[in-house]
Amino acid sequence: MVRRERFHLAAKPLASIVSVGLSKFGRREGVYARELFAEAALESFHRLEDFDPGKQIRAAFIGQMSESYERQSHTAPMAANWAGLLPVAATRVEDACASSGAALRCGIMAIKSGLYDIVLVGGMEKMTNLPTPEVTGILATASDFPFEQWNGMTFPGVFALMATSHMHEYGTTEEQMAMVAVKNHKHGALNPKAHMQKEITLDEAIKSRVVSWPLKIYDCSLITDGASVAILAKPKLAKKLSKNYVHIIGTGQAQDTFLMHERESLTTVKAAKLASQEAYKMADLRPKDVNVAEVHDCFTIAEIIAYEDLGFCRPGLGGKFIESGAPALDGSLPINTSGGLKSKGHPVGATGTAQIAELYLQLTGQADRRQVKDAEIGLAHNLGGSGATAVVHILRSG
Amino acid sequence: MSAPRDPTIEEFYKYCSEKKLMGVRCVRCKHIMVPPRSICNNCRSSRVEWTQLGSKGKLTTYTVVHMAPPQFKHMTPYAVGIVEMAEGVKLPSIIRVARLELLKIGMELEADFSTNPQESAWPQWPRYFFKETA
Ligand SMILES: [Zn+2]
Repeated sequence: MVRRERFHLAAKPLASIVSVGLSKFGRREGVYARELFAEAALESFHRLEDFDPGKQIRAAFIGQMSESYERQSHTAPMAANWAGLLPVAATRVEDACASSGAALRCGIMAIKSGLYDIVLVGGMEKMTNLPTPEVTGILATASDFPFEQWNGMTFPGVFALMATSHMHEYGTTEEQMAMVAVKNHKHGALNPKAHMQKEITLDEAIKSRVVSWPLKIYDCSLITDGASVAILAKPKLAKKLSKNYVHIIGTGQAQDTFLMHERESLTTVKAAKLASQEAYKMADLRPKDVNVAEVHDCFTIAEIIAYEDLGFCRPGLGGKFIESGAPALDGSLPINTSGGLKSKGHPVGATGTAQIAELYLQLTGQADRRQVKDAEIGLAHNLGGSGATAVVHILRSG
Repeated sequence: MSAPRDPTIEEFYKYCSEKKLMGVRCVRCKHIMVPPRSICNNCRSSRVEWTQLGSKGKLTTYTVVHMAPPQFKHMTPYAVGIVEMAEGVKLPSIIRVARLELLKIGMELEADFSTNPQESAWPQWPRYFFKETA
């Protein structure tokens, strides 16, 4: 209750989240993206009473990274159709792995502008129908073609360059990176929607096959099928629509150079720093006010750098931060309680709003065995590509 | 004198086929950019000109790729990294060393070129790469 009083003067909500839905994440053989999306949408509709999605939802923003997986473009009307939302205004949003984080921002802008009262945001990706080398090739398309892909860079490769820099400059170790994987698998084992609900040992992680040195299999997020949605409403309507609602009180997005070699530093993701500063300012909060966070652990090093970029620890101390146990479920700032991209899985376009779905459950006290006690402020950190895009949102319980 | 060449990626690779590693330099603020482009990233000026880079550089970071997309699979494991040239500009590159264990941040490298065209219809670019200094 003490905490609650401290924030009652905080920033006005931009929009409210009245419901969320998540498909089961995993290898969903024989299930297409649109069907995963309908599964997530249906769950979000079932959380609401006396709600007619086809009538009340007038706009939808849907994140998806690539049409190559299913040879399918024009996917927003397709997903909206399968979710029973016609004649909703549906638009696809693409910012690589930050696609649905960016879709959420579009939804917030649509509500905040006054154009719509209720909108649906979400994301989807169907990835496991192709062999891994082909998926690796499609994921690499989020980085520059003529200089990066052309020179043999892969998606793990670009984050490995950051890992090498971080190790060199700050002494971060492969063991510390493996600790992130162990933690997130431990969390994921408590999440019935997670792709891999299995704990791993530090030894297994360190000895796993090298993908792009210094990153190994267990440093990499999973190739997963999945979809996620959130229903946004004008803050005034939130209480009327659901007793379980949370407010979005900060949003930030920034870009950095498209090619990694032009960045000021490879030990930080500058776009994430800028996006979080924007969101903190809007929310009138500081990093220490955050109770629970979902961060973009596409690779373990990305989570370590996120601790630093979001101000949870000082630059260079991300390795020490995981070592301290602070980001564990029973730590002082639980991070990736869902299992993160590492264990819950990373259906690229679905990831941004899947993070939001976890925070919604946490802030409404519905996270079951993963519940963070008295969580009131949640933060989501969603990266696109190698960090040319970063989207940060701050949520407050209703 | 021939007409100045456009600051495009296609021209960059044409220069590579002439065994020249080129960047574009902003006439106003002297900022050098690779890949080339027509608007300076630093001061937004649109007056840029080609400038030839030396062949010497230093490795600033690297990775050894073991799992690659189909077109690079035959090369695994191979090293890619970011090289800082004497002029201060950086560029991504494949790093060829006799033994991968020799890779080290700060090591001296020199540029070289392979002119083998790819099998694909597009693009038909030659490749620049970096190797240990002789
Ligand atoms: Zn300039």
